[in-house]
Amino acid sequence: MTTKSTAATRPRAVAEPGMLALVCAAAWLVPGAGHLWLGRRQKGLVFLVVLPLMFAIGLMLRGRLFPLEWSEPLVFLGAIADRGVGLPYILARAFDAGAGTVTAVSYEYGNTFLMVAGLLNFLVMLDAFDIGTGRK
Amino acid sequence: MTSHFLLMVLFALLVSTVFAVLLRDDPRDQLRTGGLMLGGFVAAALALGWLMYPFPL
Repeated sequence: MTTKSTAATRPRAVAEPGMLALVCAAAWLVPGAGHLWLGRRQKGLVFLVVLPLMFAIGLMLRGRLFPLEWSEPLVFLGAIADRGVGLPYILARAFDAGAGTVTAVSYEYGNTFLMVAGLLNFLVMLDAFDIGTGRK
Repeated sequence: MTSHFLLMVLFALLVSTVFAVLLRDDPRDQLRTGGLMLGGFVAAALALGWLMYPFPL
């Protein structure tokens, strides 16, 4: 059975649609920025520390930042995941980090840390969106 | 650091921290959920490791 939401039951948006887009963009660019913007300071600070830390550990473990290669679907998906972390990814590319050392014993761990940091930031971004729309 | 076990524990710690903070609002609940999740991740990894032990690679 579906229920129709009325004005009384519908969640009230915390941010306007245009502002919401900016919150999402900020949440992608700087992990935790969306939560900080919306007043969730404790959550925002945890994401701000943990996600870039995870990304940095991935780089230290000699993980690779994958290129957007259409011919290799798994590499392409890995590249999307890598880019999810926002500014740390941009900085890593600017400083030529993330070339990856396939022969390093920690290479696969490094890749996992890098990709999961990006994927978690996508989740954090969606959470910020939900807070912005008033659903949380 | 090249210890696979320590890297796995570090990974589980970071992932469970993010999930706990995402899922719970109260700091005490976050700590409880994060601890349970971390324990679950590590226990599952050890159990799967032992289960896979007989299989040759």
